[in-house]
Amino acid sequence: MTDFGLSKEHSELRETVRRFAVDRVAPVIADFYDRHEFPYQLVKQMGAMGLFGLPFPSELGGMDGDYLALCVALEELARVDSSVAITLEAAISLGAMPIFRFGTDEQRKRWLPSLIAGENLAAFGLTEATSGSDAGRIRTTARMDESAGEWVINGGKVFITNSGTSITSLVTVTALTGPDEISAIIVPSGTPGFTVAPGYSKVGWCASDTHELTFDNCRVPAENLLGERGRGFAQFLSILDEGRIAIAALATGLAQGCVDESVRYAQQREAFGAPIGSYQSIQFMIADMESRAHTARLAWRDAAARLVAGEEFKRQAAIAKLHASTVAVDNARDATQIHGGYGFMNEYPVARMWRDSKILEIGEGTSEIQRLIIARDLGMK
Amino acid sequence: MKIVVLVKQVPDSGAERNLRPDDNTVDRSSANNVINEMDEYAIEEALRLQEAHGGEVTILTMGPERASESIRKALSMGPDGAVHVLDNALSGTDALGTSRVLAAALQRINPDVVLCGAESTDAGGQVLPHMLAERLGIAALTGARKLTVEGSQLTIERQTEEGYEVVTAATPAVVSVWDTINEPRYPSFKGIMAAKKKPVETLSLADLGVSAEQVGWTGALTGVASHSKRPPRSAGQKVADSGEGGVQLVEFLTNEKFV
Ligand SMILES: Cc1cc2nc3c(=O)[nH]c(=O)nc-3n(C[C@H](O)[C@H](O)[C@H](O)COP(=O)(O)OP(=O)(O)OC[C@H]3O[C@@H](n4cnc5c(N)ncnc54)[C@H](O)[C@@H]3O)c2cc1C
Repeated sequence: MTDFGLSKEHSELRETVRRFAVDRVAPVIADFYDRHEFPYQLVKQMGAMGLFGLPFPSELGGMDGDYLALCVALEELARVDSSVAITLEAAISLGAMPIFRFGTDEQRKRWLPSLIAGENLAAFGLTEATSGSDAGRIRTTARMDESAGEWVINGGKVFITNSGTSITSLVTVTALTGPDEISAIIVPSGTPGFTVAPGYSKVGWCASDTHELTFDNCRVPAENLLGERGRGFAQFLSILDEGRIAIAALATGLAQGCVDESVRYAQQREAFGAPIGSYQSIQFMIADMESRAHTARLAWRDAAARLVAGEEFKRQAAIAKLHASTVAVDNARDATQIHGGYGFMNEYPVARMWRDSKILEIGEGTSEIQRLIIARDLGMK
Repeated sequence: MKIVVLVKQVPDSGAERNLRPDDNTVDRSSANNVINEMDEYAIEEALRLQEAHGGEVTILTMGPERASESIRKALSMGPDGAVHVLDNALSGTDALGTSRVLAAALQRINPDVVLCGAESTDAGGQVLPHMLAERLGIAALTGARKLTVEGSQLTIERQTEEGYEVVTAATPAVVSVWDTINEPRYPSFKGIMAAKKKPVETLSLADLGVSAEQVGWTGALTGVASHSKRPPRSAGQKVADSGEGGVQLVEFLTNEKFV
């Protein structure tokens, strides 16, 4: 059977992650979600399966896979639950990948093996209270104390994924290291002056970990600079470009999960003496949902294929993210509608999907920012 | 330690399965074929033995061409290689014939431990491990929910309806396992990629010195004479409570050996 753009091995990975999501995640995730609790036991199992090492080389403990493999896994996880999917996405795309891409040998050896094994998580702190989409406008500063050979960081970050778990080992933060000069600096968890606020009360992604961070004369060694001084902004832009494909895959998974749940429910729920799935309006709604999920998948597969081939993918990644997140919200809305009152009850998976869908149009670049990227890529300044 | 795991490809037990109307055999053409579930536990146990004691894990499968798909999946969990017994004459082989073929293959490999699932989800005979041990003249430790190895001594906890028995034997031995023994791992992507390159030896009946008459339809001593669909569920028994409904329920449950 052909699965567009996937090798036999990628298809097998897809099947394996699907099995894990259905057998291990689905039965337990609702409880974690209700309690706003981080599912350490699932993260541990995902680590044992090698999911955190998917796009990394085996020298560092990785799986010798590629970004496509990561996206395949994310889609299948999100088809069942988005919290575990975003935990994996952020851990790799935002956490480990910048260190892999821009880190020195020393930094890679020190931080990556435990991240790749899923024993630790890393976070990426870009967004601040007064700068999100406009991420070049940050206010956090890092001053070099030459005599001590240390960066002194002051400021704060908001909405940072994976930043406060008991296994979080570091947060990479962007900070002003001079006028109009942004650099990225690794701040190990537990560094004095680095405070993690209690978790937010979120609408969705309730079993994922998100915190506000503050830095108050927080000192880290000079060698914690990640990549080139002053290149922090350019570095994270390139990281976000590929991250969009991952979020598109995750959004596609949610959209497909809505189809799965709706097909099941529509066949079993009866109204006016027949299963609701026998009514054409329900059938058409589900057919539209499936069509949207399918095109969202084609969009992210295309962007991922370009990335893996080393070709330009910026526009395609933005299109995939824009389209898939729109589709996720549309499908979640329709799936809830098909479930009637039950769809409004948190114990139904579609309710979770509805709550988890909206953030997809906001995180890692809002839909407006995706349109901006597409328009600029078409030459409109 | 040299370990062989027997792996059978079966129709997915989660989907609808049928017998073929013409020859009363399992219809494998329409079904989604998967690794027999219990065999995954045997593979996991073999890999744990290997991790603790070293050695080599080989998958042994008798089955048609398409069984190679299941062999590759088994290899993606981590075993080192596989042997696939493939021969057109094997079609229609019963448990006795299967044990003859597998025993011949095992004699070639000469393992210390043969691990297998306690039953397959298609036939459910639970006889193969015993037949194999008998043919090879080695011990059969069957129905294990736990396996420990000390030197050449194997000890299992044999699961029974009432509890468990502790049974020991020296290697070589056949050990069959239930799904209570462990939690099989999911293959990693690296494992999936590596499985492509692992050696799979294909053996014919001639390679094993087994004649075609001893297997297949001609060699089968057992067969399915006829089959019919499972009858629809009967209505069951209603207990109207006029004061002693509870007693009647308990009586029913004890009579049916539910409690
Ligand atoms: C659960 C969660 C997890 C997150 N995880 C992380 C993380 O791990 N690391 C991290 O750094 N950040 C993280 N974020 C932050 C996220 O990336 C930002 O919220 C997002 O980029 C939007 O920024 P903002 O919230 O400041 O919105 P704003 O930028 O203030 O946007 C407000 C609105 O204005 C629109 N807008 C802004 N500029 C323009 C423009 N030029 N043209 C048209 N419209 C415009 C936006 O599209 C939006 O609709 C997370 C957020 C959430 C909610």
